[in-house]
Amino acid sequence: MNSADFLLWVRGTGLQIATVIFVFGVVLRLFEILTLGHKKNLAVTRGSGFKEGFRNILTRSLPRDKNTLRRSMFTIVTGYVLHIGLFVVIFLLAPHISLFEGIFGFGWPSISTPIVDLFAVLTMIALLAILYHRLTNPVLKFLSTKQDYFVWALTFVPLITGYLSYHHLFLNYNWMLGIHILSVELLMIFLPFTKLSHAFTLFIARWYSGSMMGEKGVKS
Amino acid sequence: MSHDETLKESLTRNGVSRRGFLKFCATAASIMALPPSMVPAIAAALESARRPSVIWLSFQECTGCAESLTRSHSPTVEGLIFDAISLDYQHTLQAAAGDAAEEAREEAMKENWGKYILVVDGSIPLGNPGYSTIAGISNLDMLKETAKGAAAIVAVGTCATFGGIPKANPNPTGAVSVSDIIKDKPIVNVSGCPPIPVVITGVLAHFLTFGTIPELDELGRPKVFYGNNIHDRCYRRPFYERGEFAETFDDEGAKKGWCLFKLGCKGPITYNACATAKWNEGTSFPIESGHGCLGCSEPNFWDMGGFYKALSQPAVDVSQTAAYALGAGAVAGLGIAALNRKKKADVATDHQTVTIHDLRRNDPSKTEAEDS
Ligand code: SF4
Repeated sequence: MNSADFLLWVRGTGLQIATVIFVFGVVLRLFEILTLGHKKNLAVTRGSGFKEGFRNILTRSLPRDKNTLRRSMFTIVTGYVLHIGLFVVIFLLAPHISLFEGIFGFGWPSISTPIVDLFAVLTMIALLAILYHRLTNPVLKFLSTKQDYFVWALTFVPLITGYLSYHHLFLNYNWMLGIHILSVELLMIFLPFTKLSHAFTLFIARWYSGSMMGEKGVKS
Repeated sequence: MSHDETLKESLTRNGVSRRGFLKFCATAASIMALPPSMVPAIAAALESARRPSVIWLSFQECTGCAESLTRSHSPTVEGLIFDAISLDYQHTLQAAAGDAAEEAREEAMKENWGKYILVVDGSIPLGNPGYSTIAGISNLDMLKETAKGAAAIVAVGTCATFGGIPKANPNPTGAVSVSDIIKDKPIVNVSGCPPIPVVITGVLAHFLTFGTIPELDELGRPKVFYGNNIHDRCYRRPFYERGEFAETFDDEGAKKGWCLFKLGCKGPITYNACATAKWNEGTSFPIESGHGCLGCSEPNFWDMGGFYKALSQPAVDVSQTAAYALGAGAVAGLGIAALNRKKKADVATDHQTVTIHDLRRNDPSKTEAEDS
């Protein structure tokens, strides 16, 4: 297999396989979770909880509590950099947007590539710092499972290969681009079945706990 | 014109002066991407070089490659080099036809066995030998037979190098490239649809000068010409970096010369000398005339998902696949939901209430007396 065949495969068959598993997996997991329902609430509710759910999504996404902020500064900062960075890199790079356009039929404006590049570097630094933290903090290390390292790699490899292929470093561009696409396909395949599925479940969970608290009259 | 004549003699006979000859050597050096300091060495080598016999076989092709070479404006180094070889067989260019033409090929092969250069353009059909024949000989047989006595093979054009258009999906003739068939000869892949004339002659010049084939990349292409990425050498690159793209061929962006990525430019995955050597006597190259690169010097360029589809877009229809997967996921999700509900319901029905009395009764350490 030469680089051209490889690139064609990852842009064709490989992408088909990954898309099928990804979409199937995400929908399956969401249905599974959403249809579980919850126990009948026998107490008198103190509010609908609907609005509180959304409030919770917002408040839990902001580091408002000074104490938590002080204690978990590192986690909060790297977490923000990582997630904002991922958002910028995935959704605001011109070639990525044209990919979404090809699939969904609509696109949105891109931002200039060197800015995306900067975000990519920041994101990778954040990820490396997170890994270092995980490996050196005794409590965190104790709590870490193999999956934690696996999903770390699943996230990091697309970033580094994207960076290298954009800068035409190391390998021939075609190989690097092919590896980049393949690494994203692996990410897509494993996302629904690992902790990475929080990309889809996080806000649902936050809304749910917020609405529960709302029903009990607790401010979220 | 005899084969014993040296290149120098041939050029002199054609009215090329010493000065003209050195200029020729300098041009040859520059097209082989060699430093000017190499010119004397090249001159020395060429002065004594014998005119090699070249046999040019054309299989499933459109003659575009030969056109590219011969229509280059004369007098050029391409023309000069063509004077420097003995083109003993070439359908389009030779005067002889029919049996006489085939005899010329056989004679050239016999006379120069083990020394001639075989140039091939066009792909070879494996589906049915009848798809393409010359004088009743199938392309496959003719290639195998002629390759046997060749010193080296130059596959010219994307059809001969990678299968090209004939091999494009669904490949009705079962077309393959030269290197798919011939495994025991040095093969230089001069890809492109068509290749840049100076690249074809550059390879011949290299062989003439050094008697060897140039250094090749992983796809068998000479590195000196295919070492550069179009995107890396593209003068529109700053627009790409800034995210300034033409959206259609006649919008403001197109008029301002913005990057053609969104219009399907395959420059980022294409290795060729277009951006530097350029076409039509150095006039321009496709991107310069406002059209994206088709990636014609790369394998499968015909099947890369469409000439006008951005490179980052899938080469296949993913939307429909995704829709099916969505449906399947929903069905499977509902299935699991039903199972979970059943489990919950079963748990509820199987639930037995236990009294303190029941628990005590089963505990052997407690006596009846204690219990009562
Ligand atoms: S026009 Fe093509 S080769 Fe030039 S910068 Fe844009 S994508 Fe790259």
